[in-house]
Amino acid sequence: MSAADALPKARFDALPLILIALIALAAWPAVGSTSTWVTLTVAGLAMGMIVFIAASGLTLVFGLMDVLNFGHSVFIALGAYVATSVLAVTAGWTSAASLLPTLGAVLLAMLAAMTLGGAIGLGFERVIVRPVYGQHLKQILVTLGGAIIGEELIKVVWGPAQIPLPLPDALRGSVLIGDAAVEKFRLVAVVVGLVVLVALLYTLNRTKIGLLIRAGVQDREMVESLGYRIRRLFVAVFAAGSALAGLGGCLWGMNQQIVVPQIGGQVNVLLFIVIIIGGLGSTLGCLVGALAVGLMTNYVGFLEPKLTMFSSIGLMVAVLVWRPQGLYPLAR
Amino acid sequence: MLDRLLSHDRPRNRWLAMLLVAIVVGVALTPFIFPGTKALNVAAKVIVFIVLAASFDLLLGYTGIVSFAHTMFFGIGAYGIAIASTRLGPTWGALALGTAFALALSALLSLVIGLFSLRVKAIFFAMITLAVASAFLTLASQLSDFTGGEDGLTFKVPEALQPSTGYASGPVLGASIDGRLLSYYLLFVVALLLVLALLRIVNSPFGRVLQAIRENDFRAEAIGYRTVVYRTIANVVAALFATLAGVLLALWLRYNGPDTTLSFEIMLDVLLIVVIGGMGTIYGAVIGGVLLVLAQNYLQDVMKLAAAAVQDVPFLSQIVSPDRWLLWLGILFVLSVYWFPSGVVGRLRAMRKGGADRR
Repeated sequence: MSAADALPKARFDALPLILIALIALAAWPAVGSTSTWVTLTVAGLAMGMIVFIAASGLTLVFGLMDVLNFGHSVFIALGAYVATSVLAVTAGWTSAASLLPTLGAVLLAMLAAMTLGGAIGLGFERVIVRPVYGQHLKQILVTLGGAIIGEELIKVVWGPAQIPLPLPDALRGSVLIGDAAVEKFRLVAVVVGLVVLVALLYTLNRTKIGLLIRAGVQDREMVESLGYRIRRLFVAVFAAGSALAGLGGCLWGMNQQIVVPQIGGQVNVLLFIVIIIGGLGSTLGCLVGALAVGLMTNYVGFLEPKLTMFSSIGLMVAVLVWRPQGLYPLAR
Repeated sequence: MLDRLLSHDRPRNRWLAMLLVAIVVGVALTPFIFPGTKALNVAAKVIVFIVLAASFDLLLGYTGIVSFAHTMFFGIGAYGIAIASTRLGPTWGALALGTAFALALSALLSLVIGLFSLRVKAIFFAMITLAVASAFLTLASQLSDFTGGEDGLTFKVPEALQPSTGYASGPVLGASIDGRLLSYYLLFVVALLLVLALLRIVNSPFGRVLQAIRENDFRAEAIGYRTVVYRTIANVVAALFATLAGVLLALWLRYNGPDTTLSFEIMLDVLLIVVIGGMGTIYGAVIGGVLLVLAQNYLQDVMKLAAAAVQDVPFLSQIVSPDRWLLWLGILFVLSVYWFPSGVVGRLRAMRKGGADRR
């Protein structure tokens, strides 16, 4: 028997995954037609992926340092606004209906959103978050204050009016898969989401930094006592989370095709619901919660548009009744 | 007598006491000192926001929990009398019925939210209330048959409070004695009573337990106080006071819509008022409320001057433009959380020189 076998292995909890399948299956007869159902499912998965990208940073930061960042919304709004600027500058690339330059421009927009989000995240951590570690009440207040200031500064730079963010021509319209029409942009969103997911899973599970992050989430003091500077790690995670929020905001803005300064606040409510469903601090839970909320929103939006906002809250209440700490509670 | 009215919780600083007296006298005499509709409207808003912020202080300052659903209860109160008055006509009975329904609904909702989420961490409660409040906002703007949707409801108040009802033939001391003036003083008296009642609550044994929970909930639990019960009661009481503040606002505006009472901006305003004024001191809500509402209505005029002065500087002129007044309050907010968490009131009380502390 090797050493690895001797360690008790945590059993993987698959029940929440079945929940997603259940939501999708339950919606099938309700929607009626298979092709519409496929369209809605892809749209739901795409939305779930975008929400996951934006929320992953929030939940990691909370898990690692017990900091809930109400200012996360600023980075989402920032990402969306950077996307408008970059796509405006690269209008020449996207005017042609060919796919490659368009994807290049979109990629550039995403990179710019991530870089700026990460860089400003560093400053935000230093000025806003660091002085109030460990004081929950002050954290909520100060990060919220940061969100107010950030939103106002965005208005200073980009103006208070809404800015249209039209999708490039090459990403408009849909492709037919069988009978079902699937919008091209949703496919892009799913692919980007998968890339981020794989990168995140790889970093968390296969690298030393990931090991330290996971260990820090489990027991911060223990990692510190082994000689690692968890503060520094935390700053890096915070910046990465902000960069991901920028990326998520960039995609969300393109999804909405219109950007307003309040966009971050609107998404933030959704993110909170998602990370509560997933269990505060859990990355896997965040993914499952995001997909469940994305699917639910799209099905309900099709069946009963007025209930859209309540569907995610209803889902949250149902999940909390089932598992009061969320789908994947942190073991501590 | 005065001591009993204030529940033995004196301002404890000469400057603070003078400020408070000035505010009360100023608000009481606004119709006579500052003629014009704008001044009266601003003063009425000050009155309503003082009540709203003071009730929020019971949660944030005294119990140490952050709720983002406070505007929801504010909105319930306003919608209560708006809907009742549109359906039943402008009678006192409709107002009473609307208020009673609103209070009952607020009590029920706050009880459910409290029992559901106050067992766990403060952060959890903040997130849940944020989600519930945004859902309620959506609900209010979508049920347009009932709430008037985005447009809101314009309704009539009982005849005695209508502006067209005159009580004296000519103006007295520059103010016309009409239904509008009567509603103003109705607001003033009710608000004064509500704030004094809040002072009474926070200085009661119940209020002391809340403060103990704020300081160390684990120890409070260990001493034998059931923290969940106390927190939930505080949540319900605060919700009821917020509902009454909403009733007052709707009564004054004779209108209610999602943006006037339910929006997240109002929630931020209340947070700013409580933090800048001073958490955990009901007086802070009074000072903060006056500061914020005045800033909202008059800071923009000052900034207009500043913006005109630096018109040619590209970035600076953007920052001091009158539309960005919230930026400056946001910065003030963050600075106050860092350096003077007890706000203006705490600062004044800490000053040695003004020591009017007679205890």
